[in-house]
Amino acid sequence: MSELTPGFADPVLGAQSCFRAILEAMSRPGRLQRVAGIDQPPAPLGVAAAATMLTLADADTPVWTDAGRAAEDWLRFHAGCPLVASPAEAAFLLATGRMPALATLAQGSEEEPHRSATLIVEVRTLAETVGWKLTGPGIETEHRLQVAGLPADFLRQWAANRRGFPRGVDVVLTAGPWLAALPRTTRIEEA
Amino acid sequence: MTIETGYNFGYLDENTKRMIRRALLKAVAIPGHQVPFGSREMPLPYGWGTGGIQVTASVIGPQDRLKVIDQGADDTTNAVSIRRFFAKVAGVATTERTSGATIIQTRHRIPEVKLREGQILVYQVPMPEPLFRLEPRVSETRRMHALADYGLMHVRLYEDIARHGHIAISYNYPVMVGGRYLMSPSPIPAFDNPKMHRMPALQLFGAGREKRIYAVPPYTSVQSLDFEDHPFQPIRANAACALCGARDSYLDEVVTDDKGGRMFVCSDTDYCNTRQAAREAAE
Repeated sequence: MSELTPGFADPVLGAQSCFRAILEAMSRPGRLQRVAGIDQPPAPLGVAAAATMLTLADADTPVWTDAGRAAEDWLRFHAGCPLVASPAEAAFLLATGRMPALATLAQGSEEEPHRSATLIVEVRTLAETVGWKLTGPGIETEHRLQVAGLPADFLRQWAANRRGFPRGVDVVLTAGPWLAALPRTTRIEEA
Repeated sequence: MTIETGYNFGYLDENTKRMIRRALLKAVAIPGHQVPFGSREMPLPYGWGTGGIQVTASVIGPQDRLKVIDQGADDTTNAVSIRRFFAKVAGVATTERTSGATIIQTRHRIPEVKLREGQILVYQVPMPEPLFRLEPRVSETRRMHALADYGLMHVRLYEDIARHGHIAISYNYPVMVGGRYLMSPSPIPAFDNPKMHRMPALQLFGAGREKRIYAVPPYTSVQSLDFEDHPFQPIRANAACALCGARDSYLDEVVTDDKGGRMFVCSDTDYCNTRQAAREAAE
């Protein structure tokens, strides 16, 4: 077994400030938030992805990840979350390689659309002010977001995800210490 | 005030906070949809803001500055005790100034001063289900929300017009959020409803007894239900505040004696005090 690195330096306040960053990201889609509090996230996770998992996942939330043995051990130890093999069964998914297709994840039902998956994707880079045009709830006129490292057909998948509203998957994009969120209500246009 | 030791930061344990935080994120992602959560027993009875307190406790951090209002007032029992509760269990700074607060927990009012980005408004909600007087079965109202079948509420408004000539709802006036979900704005006066529309601040709603959380993200459409020929009209007493002279704020009617004497004063005490201080400074 690999050497385990620590989780949040301060579990209570670390999770609180990370949650506020995610809440702010979810309520203002496309705006970048910086997360701190974990000194050595397990490879290949960045600080934001690791902190998001510790903030939201626990024994009640099945997690799927492709991040490999070290990250799995780290999540099992610090979050205590069950790891599942099938993406469809997971409440949270943490993708570092090719992300699972949105349509294969838990969508929630018409009556309980909140029982849907949240997908966290570690991407290469995130930048605001350039790239896609985002509109929808949380956005005054439009936000811009540029993402490198998503599958080529992501926008097509996202459009299908939006059509299913109120059902659908919510996405958190992370790159190192940065994160941005795409709730299912966000409309994305290519610039 | 000294911080109480022996409690976790913000009173709730971390498992509970995580559960509420997950519910909050889904609530923001589905504007106006009620997300069930495992409401905890709090050190005050249901009806005193247990839902709002649990939401605030899951969101608040040491950098925050908390304002709590009860019917617009900072100095009523409920507001004072909740403010002291968080000063005690989270050690956060508190304020009575709307513009200086990062989190505002409210019972039944929206402050008069325009809220801005970076602020969070937490509502205490007694009954989250807008349809409950029309359809008591939760299984049915859930299906009605799933189908966006809100005809029943329109019939209720229509019956008001048929009977009274106007829509006779002065508070808890139902709204449509994001053009999709019918939502109870909590018992705020209908006067406050327009403030919810495209508000720059994030609005979170917590109902402790009914165990529901819902949210309105910033800049989201919130429309009061109405008809083309009977448009929504916010109601306000036709008077000026007796203390600050405001003609644009929501007024409370205060009975001053047993001979029919009465006066109207601003319900938002911070707004009224600020205006009075500005007037005194100008004199």
